[in-house]
Amino acid sequence: MKPGTSSGDIRIVLQAADLWKSYDEGTVAVLKGVDCEVRSGETVALCGPSGCGKSTLLHLFGGLDQPDRGCVSVNGNEINSSTNMLRLLRHEVGFVFQLHNLIPDLTLAENCLIPTVAAGAERRTANERLKELAERTGLSHRLNHRIQKLSGGERQRTALCRALMNRPKILLADEPTGSLDEQASNVVFSLLLDLVATEGATLLMATHDRNLANRCDRLVEMHDGKIQEHAHA
Amino acid sequence: MIFLKLIFTNLRRHRIRSLISVAGIAFSVAAMLTVVTILEGAVGMFSSILSSDSEMIVFERDVSDLFFSNVPSEATAQISAWPTVAHANPVLFGIVSSEGHPIITCFGVTATDARIQKADWIAGDRSSFARHADDVVLGARAAEFLSAAVGSKVQIGHAVFHVVGILKTANGFEDGGVFMPLDSAQAFFHKQGTSSVITVKMRNKDDVAAFKNTIRQKFPNLIALENAEFSRSYSQFRILKATAWAVGGCGLLLGGLGVANTMIMSVFTRIREIAILRVNGFSHAQIGVVIFGESAVVSLSGAMAGLLVGSCFLFALKLIPALDGYVDTSIHPVLMLVVLLLALSTGIVGALYPAIYAMRIRAVEALRFE
Repeated sequence: MKPGTSSGDIRIVLQAADLWKSYDEGTVAVLKGVDCEVRSGETVALCGPSGCGKSTLLHLFGGLDQPDRGCVSVNGNEINSSTNMLRLLRHEVGFVFQLHNLIPDLTLAENCLIPTVAAGAERRTANERLKELAERTGLSHRLNHRIQKLSGGERQRTALCRALMNRPKILLADEPTGSLDEQASNVVFSLLLDLVATEGATLLMATHDRNLANRCDRLVEMHDGKIQEHAHA
Repeated sequence: MIFLKLIFTNLRRHRIRSLISVAGIAFSVAAMLTVVTILEGAVGMFSSILSSDSEMIVFERDVSDLFFSNVPSEATAQISAWPTVAHANPVLFGIVSSEGHPIITCFGVTATDARIQKADWIAGDRSSFARHADDVVLGARAAEFLSAAVGSKVQIGHAVFHVVGILKTANGFEDGGVFMPLDSAQAFFHKQGTSSVITVKMRNKDDVAAFKNTIRQKFPNLIALENAEFSRSYSQFRILKATAWAVGGCGLLLGGLGVANTMIMSVFTRIREIAILRVNGFSHAQIGVVIFGESAVVSLSGAMAGLLVGSCFLFALKLIPALDGYVDTSIHPVLMLVVLLLALSTGIVGALYPAIYAMRIRAVEALRFE
């Protein structure tokens, strides 16, 4: 199917076709001909053992890396050297990582505002959006707190806010609850699903946690650089 | 605001390193300011000796130093008689010594010279100058270090002179100098019939160009320059100024290397942070602004501190009695601006490689960086 075209009435927003990627001058093959599609509004869990290529696939979808071979499309547009990567990172895709990747010396609010500063968003609009997301993630009372003062769950919720500040329609999450205990993990993941649903976004999430994966619309198994099976959760 | 926070956050995070960089630039700027100001001041003072009540200087063409210039007395006599010339005064420069004072500037002048007639005499009578061949007038500081008063005898070089007056001037060279009658100075320095320069005052400044032409035609081995023109073109002044700027420049270069070192360390220690900014949509230019901004803050803070330290140092120098009159502590605003711009440029150049390195960081690799 041509990228961006509809399957029924649902649009494909992420598509990988025969994707190959290796590191260390080709000696470590990570992706070996991956074909994958994610439809608009879907929540998809990407499961598999460590080193099977989950993070690499997410990085390729986010334009952070280039494949050796094959094609990656986001919202129907193939990512290549002529792609406006800044537009992709600022407006189309949001990232959440296992480690929160927040800047420790900035406050929660300042960390969240980074994508809006990068995109040159109007300050008032950005602050309104921050307020809205902080309320929804229960962080309103922590806005002026430094990152060091936040708990692990709060840090990950902050990372979630930051990823959604510019209203991207695709959220790429790499083990978003991997560094949290079970309880915090459940809270953050529930929040993630809730936000994705209310924002009308699409979620592609790499995870080892089968329980969380089963709460997604679809589960994609990866093994040794290949998609093994597609299963509806 | 967040840009500023990103810039200042890193400086605050590594306070000691930032302070060392600021200090490096500050001391470089202070050194440059001090050296350039002192030399510019010295050049200005020497120029002011020549320009006392005159606007033109006539001296021997192609000499590297005025002390080697020989202008014949006949030239002085002829030039004085020209209708366009208000007055022309021959001056003979020489270096003399006395016990404990190896270098004293000596001025051989006529009794009508402005340096004698318009000076502030604190002892003696100006009309007494040049009545006798062994009469000298001392600058106030020279009188002090030679422990001389009016009427006393002083040993200068191989001869003994009789002090007939003491005068006070703001110029260190004159204040620490000895004024002899021209004939005596010519005899003392074995330069009979010559002077080092003729200082000329014109009746009408519009005649300056014609005067220069006439000098060129009538005295091909002499050259006439306006005072400002002389200050700009005199090779000794140019060498002094170039040396001052070179010394200052080297200091600034060292400061710049300090900034470069700081910025490289700054980039290396925040590779992951830069990757986070990239993933969140920061462009190469925006990353560059953060790095250059940090460098600019270091450079400008250093420059401001350097201006303050340099000014204090110059002020302290002025308080040293031995340097009174030799050090002009007034800092020219243009010099301050030039030093500030040079410090800023140094900082920006120092941040060039770190900024390029930061802009080239690949987010995907940097996020794996621990």
